[in-house]
Amino acid sequence: MTEIFGVPLPALMGQLMLGLVNGSFYAMLSLGLAVIFGMLNIINFAHGALYMMGAFFAWFGLTYWGIGYWQSLLLVPLAVGAVGVVIERSLLQWLYKLDHLYGLLLTFGLALIIEGLFRAQFGVSGQPYQIPDELSGAFNLGFMFLPKYRAWVIVSSLAVCLTTWYVIEKTRLGGYLRAATENPKLTQAFGINVPLLVMLTYGFGVALAGFAGVLAAPAFQVNPLMGSNLIIGVFAVVVIGGMGSILGSIVTGLGLGLIEGLTKVFYPEASATVVFIIMVIVLMVRPAGLFGKEK
Amino acid sequence: MKRSTLAAAVAAAFGLAAGAAQAQVSDNMVKIGVLTDMSGAYSDLSGSGAVEATKMAIEDFKAKEKPAFGIEIVAADHQNKGDISSNKAREWFDREKVDVVTELVTTSTALAVMKVAKEKNKIALVSGAASTRITNDDCNDVTVHWTYDTYAVANGTAKAVVKQGGKSWFFLTADYAFGHSLEKDSSDVVAANGGKVLGAVRHPFPGTDFSSFLLKAQASGAQVIGLANAGTDTTNSIKQASEFGITPKQSLAGLLMFITDVHSLGLKATQGMYLTEAFYWDANDETRAWSKRFFERTKKMPTMVQAGQYSSVMHYLKGVKATAGDDTQKVMAWMKKTPVNDFFAKNGSIREDGRLVHDMYLMQVKKPEESKYAWDYYHVRQTIPAAEAFQPLALSKCPLVKK
Repeated sequence: MTEIFGVPLPALMGQLMLGLVNGSFYAMLSLGLAVIFGMLNIINFAHGALYMMGAFFAWFGLTYWGIGYWQSLLLVPLAVGAVGVVIERSLLQWLYKLDHLYGLLLTFGLALIIEGLFRAQFGVSGQPYQIPDELSGAFNLGFMFLPKYRAWVIVSSLAVCLTTWYVIEKTRLGGYLRAATENPKLTQAFGINVPLLVMLTYGFGVALAGFAGVLAAPAFQVNPLMGSNLIIGVFAVVVIGGMGSILGSIVTGLGLGLIEGLTKVFYPEASATVVFIIMVIVLMVRPAGLFGKEK
Repeated sequence: MKRSTLAAAVAAAFGLAAGAAQAQVSDNMVKIGVLTDMSGAYSDLSGSGAVEATKMAIEDFKAKEKPAFGIEIVAADHQNKGDISSNKAREWFDREKVDVVTELVTTSTALAVMKVAKEKNKIALVSGAASTRITNDDCNDVTVHWTYDTYAVANGTAKAVVKQGGKSWFFLTADYAFGHSLEKDSSDVVAANGGKVLGAVRHPFPGTDFSSFLLKAQASGAQVIGLANAGTDTTNSIKQASEFGITPKQSLAGLLMFITDVHSLGLKATQGMYLTEAFYWDANDETRAWSKRFFERTKKMPTMVQAGQYSSVMHYLKGVKATAGDDTQKVMAWMKKTPVNDFFAKNGSIREDGRLVHDMYLMQVKKPEESKYAWDYYHVRQTIPAAEAFQPLALSKCPLVKK
């Protein structure tokens, strides 16, 4: 059997595949963060809590109202987005003129409150969410059995990420958004409703987190702490990719998933730390991140 | 430097004040501190439920024993961190006249508080922490380890699984003191019973995605994958093992599982698994009666940690009454010479290393169709007698054990 550094090739391929699955979650979450930071200049620490909320909404839907997985994929991001819009209108909109630090503190506080509420209500052990029947079972890839659900995670998150990138970078609507970020006053003077755009952008960014939450629900236990376990790593991804860079966050998210997968093969103890080591190196070489522009 | 001198002086002053009043119960008030995980990974198995169990013990003690002294409870969240725990314990002992610190889930917090208790000559009652270090390398004469330890759970579960024919093992281990301790104790049991350990993989704590580690376990070809982790790490491992088709071809052994984990995963995912517990709410009339009272207050059935918490606080309070004072050495001596007999332990006794030895129970999780009512989760397959359940004193590394 072919081996690379003492690891059989099929095992290595299997681990890379799993890295890609985790990378998909990183990509989707860091994309939401990048969109929000790029357009609103808000460092959204509540992102992890909203991801958790997405998973819980899916669980509520199934448990109390009989709303299945597929409907949840559509409805939950809308619901989480609506929560985001309320947060933006009631709290965040007063902070745009202030330093980043205020937005960071506010959203961090929000994250603690949201997590605390869910924890008080549901405890930390987590709630079970079954994989939908259509996606249970596995593909035999030769080098590994890939559960269909994990394959679906990769496909759907890539589709969502690429669509988002296309809309923001290549369409007229995206053009308005970018203009509104660059120079809000001038854009407003052209008759474009900038506050509305900003509100929708935040709503969309957190809806991405909600979507990731629904995708995560069948793979992991639905648990009030699931967001905070993930979010710090996701922030590292955003920093490595370059704050606010759309493409950067997608590519970096997937890439770091792969690197983490490799670390799990060769030195599993470091798999939670490797992201930060890379962050340190990148910041020393390119302080604006891999895809970021120096200001 | 100056600050620590000042702190020491203040502490000494408090110590003197406490010493002067120690003819009886100091200030005529016994103060019990519950230091536990109120918000993190272990807050379901201990947390506010452990605080509630403490309150029940105090109420029951007051109603039955009509003590001449008052009893107060203080509780705090140690966030599973050793430094927070030792600071809080110090503050409680020095400034708030706390007599005993209890619960202490997570080994690192227990070890930290035991040191402070020894230094201040106060008592630590450990219920939730698991490592055998508490009564071995790090033992002291002011600590009692009440509910269970890694040796007891490994001994019960690993022995049963090896006897069922699960001879080759691979461990999935949480990479910190507790996980290592559990892996070591279980490996010893596997080897002693004629099994073989093929390898282990250590994962960061806490983790979310265990699929990579599980694939390694799968590739090892071991019959049994031993989960030397706890809480959400264990539940996620079990869930993902089934997703990747690892179970039922290879079987899982949850080396430290609580009834809350089974409740969270559901019987479909956990059926047939063996696990070892110190307590099951549905074991007999006495356990049912107590557990139903607990359920009315918390809406959950108690874990062994919460039941053990009640038992330890009750035994301590009886000791204060019997010795007519809260002198640490006198109360410890009384607790060690008096057997523990309540719904939690029958003829339990505290050894010189601080280990409470009592019967443990080997459980098997029921199939969904065997479960008749809410929280009806276990078959009690075997009672492991106190004498066999815990590490024999002959193997002890505790300096207090005379050999």
